[in-house]
Amino acid sequence: MDSLLTQFDELAGADGRTRAPYRKLSQWLAATPPELLASRREQAELLFRRIGITFAVYGAQEATERLIPFDILPRILSRGEWTTLEKGLIQRVAALNAFLADIYGGGEILRAGIVPADLVYRNPAYCPDMAGRRVPYDIFVHIAGVDIVRTDDQGFFVLEDNARTPSGVSYMLENREVMMRLFPELFAMHRVAPIENYPDELLATLRSVAPPRANGDPTIVLMTPGQYNSAFYEHSFLADKLGVELVEGRDLFVRDDIVYMRTTEGPRRVDVIYRRIDDDFLDPLCFRPDSALGVAGLMGAYQAGNVTLANAVGAGAADDKAMYTYMPEIIQFYLGEKPLLQNVPTFRCREAEALAYVLDRLDELVVKEVNGSGGYGMLVGPHATRAQIEEFRAKLTAHPQNFIAQPTLALSTCPIALASGVAPRHVDLRPFVLQGANGARVVPGGLTRVAMTEKSLVVNSSQGGGTKDTWVIDDAWVDEKAMGQA
Amino acid sequence: MLSRTADNLYWLARYMERADFLARAIQASRRLAALPKAYGGDETEWESVLLSSGAALAFETSGRPVDEGNVVGFLTFAPENPGSIRNCLEQARANARAVRTALTIEMWESINDAYLEMRALESRGGVPCAQELARFLELIKQTSLTYDGGAYRTMLRNDAYWFSRVGLFIERADNTARLLDVKYHVLLPEKEIVGGSLDYFQWSAILRAVSAHTAYHWVYRTSMKPWLVADLLILRPEMPRSLISCYESIVRNLDNLARAHGRQGASQRHARGVYGRLEKLSMESVFQGGLHEFVQSFIAENNRLGALISEQYLF
Repeated sequence: MDSLLTQFDELAGADGRTRAPYRKLSQWLAATPPELLASRREQAELLFRRIGITFAVYGAQEATERLIPFDILPRILSRGEWTTLEKGLIQRVAALNAFLADIYGGGEILRAGIVPADLVYRNPAYCPDMAGRRVPYDIFVHIAGVDIVRTDDQGFFVLEDNARTPSGVSYMLENREVMMRLFPELFAMHRVAPIENYPDELLATLRSVAPPRANGDPTIVLMTPGQYNSAFYEHSFLADKLGVELVEGRDLFVRDDIVYMRTTEGPRRVDVIYRRIDDDFLDPLCFRPDSALGVAGLMGAYQAGNVTLANAVGAGAADDKAMYTYMPEIIQFYLGEKPLLQNVPTFRCREAEALAYVLDRLDELVVKEVNGSGGYGMLVGPHATRAQIEEFRAKLTAHPQNFIAQPTLALSTCPIALASGVAPRHVDLRPFVLQGANGARVVPGGLTRVAMTEKSLVVNSSQGGGTKDTWVIDDAWVDEKAMGQA
Repeated sequence: MLSRTADNLYWLARYMERADFLARAIQASRRLAALPKAYGGDETEWESVLLSSGAALAFETSGRPVDEGNVVGFLTFAPENPGSIRNCLEQARANARAVRTALTIEMWESINDAYLEMRALESRGGVPCAQELARFLELIKQTSLTYDGGAYRTMLRNDAYWFSRVGLFIERADNTARLLDVKYHVLLPEKEIVGGSLDYFQWSAILRAVSAHTAYHWVYRTSMKPWLVADLLILRPEMPRSLISCYESIVRNLDNLARAHGRQGASQRHARGVYGRLEKLSMESVFQGGLHEFVQSFIAENNRLGALISEQYLF
């Protein structure tokens, strides 16, 4: 019953015998003096601070820039595990794109009665301005971050789809660079699949969806809300790796439905905008008139087909937590395939029966606001106080359609290196899926987020979660297994 | 390149240069103020530092008495002084962060390291002791060297580099000119006749503030003469902080920009004009027309160049 105690550790396995992908790491850990780990931890912290890899926390006064805690032990997946995962991810993003093209187009899935129409049209992320519009190659989601968890060594669950402006990929890339500097000996022992090609893959994806007039040589920019945004470091990092200009709204202007950026040589036409700014802030003429971050007239240029936005406007209609519950049906409907990755069983509180069940078991379940993100607006029943539970009960009863509930999963754990030694902590995984006109791409691995506090299930960086490097290693260990245990 | 990026690079260079100048000026003044009164050591020295750093007005509104502790505090760590070293460094870092992609990792790290060290010092709270202050001023000078060296050794020679060089030299010319303006009364030729060596230490403080103390002797091979100090800071092309040397660099970097953009503009013409006038100038005519008047008009011309660059490139 106490699922938190019988959790699955990715190193130790269910039976306490080191799982194959971790065998070499485990041997190395046993042979490594704690002082060495301690010194590498210090080194890592120093490296991150010097490079300036920080993120901002809203509302935190003193530390407007904070380091995300980094754990120096890698999280390891075998090539076999990764292959399953990769297929499932690509399938999922294909379905997300088909769904978006449909709800902004013919709406077949609504007429087929698979997804309730009101759930789509009354979703705040649904963009009425996009209704009846097509986007290049029918791709709405060019960059997706799909949050994955596991509870045993059998399979993976999707916890959440992020189809708007998922972040974290810079940490994935920087974590690897730092690890390679810290632990060359570990890399020599494992064959770790490289991820450094991510920026090239991203660039190829963005180029592939440029408007035809760009003639194969589009001008691409990365649009940021500015340096006070929590992910600004990532924006500048990616722009640099992509070799594209990092623009803010004020660097762009629209004339005759064409987007230009202000350069020292005068206006220059822009073809593709990788935007890391929410829909609401894109264009003050179309969305929030009080937004100083966007570009007046951008939506007009977009709808005229003169500029491609990645991700497309309105893509958020596919990734909220209410839509999530329909993903298995959505995959089946468009692709005619069984979902390769499972959803976490989810109760839709809008359904009376489910609501009654959830209200009865608030102390066992995780209740999430449909439109919440970043671990905010969430009740973790087993860890909540009486008062918190009652507060949620009131909210739930008042607006059941705003909530979903899930069983408290026994998220898997991975070892992390602490001052006091090595200890298990809960982890999740966010791989990044790229979808271009010329195919889907996923670099092996992703960002592993880790709850640094013991027993905590909250891995969000805004709430003290940390990250780890994620390795997909070749199945060479299989040979070793055949030779018998070392 | 993005106009905003060019703007950020330009100001980043100016803030770094200003912080460096302030650090040197404070060090030179502390040295001078520590001397017995008969050798020029005087509290008025702190007034002139306030003037040459352009912080006099802001200091006055703070209502504090002019003394070493207050002035040095105001110029180094005061958050309320927009031109304090800490604010220069903070501004420089904010600009650098906004244009991370245009900087090399070496340049970013030198600014970021200094910033983190400054924050560490500040987070200890209280007034920094004399030793901490001295270390901080050294840190600023070091940072300016590593930053500048990083730029020189690692940046691509393209508009990013040229804009940041132009910013550096406009700021440097401004600093040298302000220093001359505040001290012009001790640099007039009559002084030697009126005489004595009362001002000797003033002159050497000026030279120290622009790190030209040794250079003076190499250039002139004679004892310190006030008009030669002025000559060194205005007309000697081999002196890297002289007005003429700054303008030689400004003209060269603006020309590079013009070539890359395929267009000469008002800023190039203006800079060439200023440079041409400096080339034809002699110290006799400077003193005839009045050193103070000359410096005032130079500062105005230099500001005008800044405005023209904004108009032409930064929109």
